[in-house]
Parts: sequence; C-alpha cells; structure tokens
Amino acid sequence: MTHLDSELNRLKGEIEEMGNLVRHQLRKSVQALVHMRKDLAREVLFQERRINATELKIDRDCENIMALFNPVAIDLRLVFAAFKINSHLERMGDHSKGIASYALELQRPLPEDLLEKLELFAAVDQLEQMIESNIMAFRDGDSAKARKIFQSDGQLDAWNRKAIQIVIDYFPQHPDRVADLLNVNSTVRKLERIGDLNKNIAEEIIFYVEAHVLKHEKEKI
Amino acid sequence: MSYFKIETRNVSLYYGNTQALKNITLGVPENKVVAIIGPSGCGKSTYLRLFNRMNDMIDGVRVEGEVLLNGKNIYADGVRVEDVRKRVGMVFQKPNPFPKSIFENVAYGLRINGVTNKRYIEETVERALRQAALWDEVKDNLKKSALALSGGQQQRLCIARALAVEPSVILMDEPSSALDPISNAKIEELIWELKKKYTILIVTHNMQQAARVSDWTAFFYLGELIEYAETKDLFTNPRNEKTQNYITGRFG
Repeated sequence: MTHLDSELNRLKGEIEEMGNLVRHQLRKSVQALVHMRKDLAREVLFQERRINATELKIDRDCENIMALFNPVAIDLRLVFAAFKINSHLERMGDHSKGIASYALELQRPLPEDLLEKLELFAAVDQLEQMIESNIMAFRDGDSAKARKIFQSDGQLDAWNRKAIQIVIDYFPQHPDRVADLLNVNSTVRKLERIGDLNKNIAEEIIFYVEAHVLKHEKEKI
Repeated sequence: MSYFKIETRNVSLYYGNTQALKNITLGVPENKVVAIIGPSGCGKSTYLRLFNRMNDMIDGVRVEGEVLLNGKNIYADGVRVEDVRKRVGMVFQKPNPFPKSIFENVAYGLRINGVTNKRYIEETVERALRQAALWDEVKDNLKKSALALSGGQQQRLCIARALAVEPSVILMDEPSSALDPISNAKIEELIWELKKKYTILIVTHNMQQAARVSDWTAFFYLGELIEYAETKDLFTNPRNEKTQNYITGRFG
C-alpha cells in the first residue's frame, strides 16, 4: 500500500466515524422528542460539539492530502467526495440538534395517538440504514450500493407527505398544542431533509467511483 | 493542409531488431503545448526526437510511417536535416550552452546560417533573450561566459538560442528536471508565454509539470501510445486503467 493509499484509507475511516456519530445523534434526538427525555436531548446538544470537531478534522485532512500528495484522477475525486460528504453529514448533525432542542421545549409529552400514526421511528430506521449504506458504499467504492439510496429516498418522501397531512389534520382538534405541533411538523421536515442529504452523499460516491456527475439531474441513473 | 502543426501517422521506430515505437498516430495543434509522460524506456524521448531527426544519428535506426511538419513528411527524400532543425528547435534536459559568451551563444544559429548583418544579429539576440525571460538578468553582461550563469539561467539561454533562428516548433526533453523549484517555475511560466507564438512538445517525468503546462497529454508505455487526451481530462478521469495506475503512482 502506498503512503497516499494509507492516508486515503484513514480519511475513509474518519468519514465512517463521522457517519456513525451522526446516526446515533439522529436516533437519540427522536427518542428525546417522542419520550420527552430531556436528558437525551442534552446529550445530543453536547455531542454536537464532537461532530463539529470531527468535521473540522476531516476538512483539515482533505486539505493536507491535497497539498502534500497532489492526488489526481480517482484519488482526487475521492478527496473531493470526502470533503463534501463531510459537510453533508455535518448538516445532518445540525438537523438532529434541532430536533433535540424541540424536545427541550416540551412541557408535557406529545399525544400518543399522534405519535402512533406518525411512525417517526420507521423513518429513523430507514434513515439510519441509508447512512450506513452510504458509509459502506463509500468505503468499498461501491456505486451500485449508492444508487439504491435514491429508491429509499423516494419511500421517505412518500412517508413525509403522509406525515405532514397527519399533523395538519391534528391541528383543529388540539388548539392547545399548537406550539408543539409546529415543532413536530418541523421534525418531519428535518427527517425528510436528512433523506435528501443522504441522496447528495450517494451522488458524491457515484462521482468518486465513476466520475459521473448526477447533481441537478432529475433522473438518477 | 493538416490540422496539426506536427504529427505522426502510424510511426514505428526500430533500433536494430528492437521496436521502440509501435504504430504511433498523434498530432500537436498549432500554438498548443503537448506533454508526453510515461515511465523510463517507454519511448517518449525517442518519439520527441523524431521531429528534428535526432534519431538519424544513431546507427541501425529505422523509421516507418510518416512524420509531418506543416503536413509535409520530414523523412521524405530530398528533405535536408538542417532545414528541419531550423524550424524545429530543441531544449535538452541538461543545459548545454557553448563555451562562448552569452551573446555568441544566442547569435550562433544565425551565424552558422550565414547571417552577417550586425544590427540584425543584435536585435535578434535581444528579442530571443527577452522571449526567454533572461534579458533583464544578462543585458549588462552579454560578453560574460555563458558557463558563468546559474543552471536555470543557462537553460533559459538555451531556450533563447533555440528561439533566435525563429523556429515554429520547440521540442523540450525534460527541460527543468535539473533545476531548482524557482528556475523550474520560471521555465514553466516561459512555456506558457511561448505557446502564443510556438507549438511545443515536451517530455517530462514530472506529472504535475505536465498537468500545469500542457493543453494535451499523451501517455506512452512500452513504445505504445496508451492514451491521448486533454490534460484536464487525463488527470481527472483517465479512460485507460494503465494511465490511471501510472498517474496515481500505482504502477506495476
């Protein structure tokens, strides 16, 4: 293995670490909201600092590899992809932090019948899977795996539309919970946004492996 | 008229029984810089030397195919080597100034071509030195020995010497591999300037140099042209796996 190879592998390892941090943050933030666990919410806010630090570390490593190794071709694309995936993951972390802060605002638990209908954890399961798949696809240079993310995102979009409607329908009967319901609505939107970011990551992986730019293309093939 | 300033069509070159170049078809458009990269022994210098018939001097060399300058075969009967070299200048890896003054080094090509007009020679020497970005450093010492110059200055002097006879093509064989980074940067800047007037073919081991100075890059391996593409494409998305392995340093 060349010196550059070992640096690139280390970079991939850091992205994997970042992905795992973000994955845990996501689940924890939704748990905090659904079960009104303010202790968990505070943990999420605390861990967010670690995500930011990891982001900066990865940025710096990308910069160093560019300056010291002048990578070209697939190596160059790998560094570019890592640089952007890093920032997409950090944005996911921000969304989880946002959800955790809604949990801290709760004065009483969210209505159970609403939570049952919303199936927030089903969305979280799917998002976690997407993050994990993306991390593996990036690690193994597997663009076929990355492409599957686009299908998962489609399912998530369908869930999102349904969930928003459920929240809207809930409003009229519960005027006393307007503030909480608005936060639930925002949570649904944030989860949808995390799905989009996963799609962006998949695009970066395909660029890295195939030198094929999918960004801003309607048909992801 | 050919689209290319210089080109080869199906050129093979043999040293005795050894085939050093295998059926190479490649063209350099006018006012462009083309870099040839590849591992040692891949035939890149041999290829470069086709264009000023430097290989002629080696015993047992046989060339097949066409080597064209302005669309005309320079290996055709009746073509004089001197005429080819007047139009195709060459700069070598190691600066090789003559043991003469700076002025006489640059004037040399004119003198052997029978030019005697003193004023014309002076003007030409100044122009060539300016083009080679050396004038400001040597204008007060034109009578000094060229051998007293630094390596980087000597190399620019050799470029000035090549430019003085007004060639249209310049061949460069590792022109800055023996130079320090500052001199190297000056040579690269110079190449960038020179391509406005000249067509340049450069052989280099320095991949970053190829990436910086050239418009197109050709990758040679074992006497074959593996890939020829726009430099920005070759260094970001090479089509051939051998090219990818070579430029990313994972060869063999």
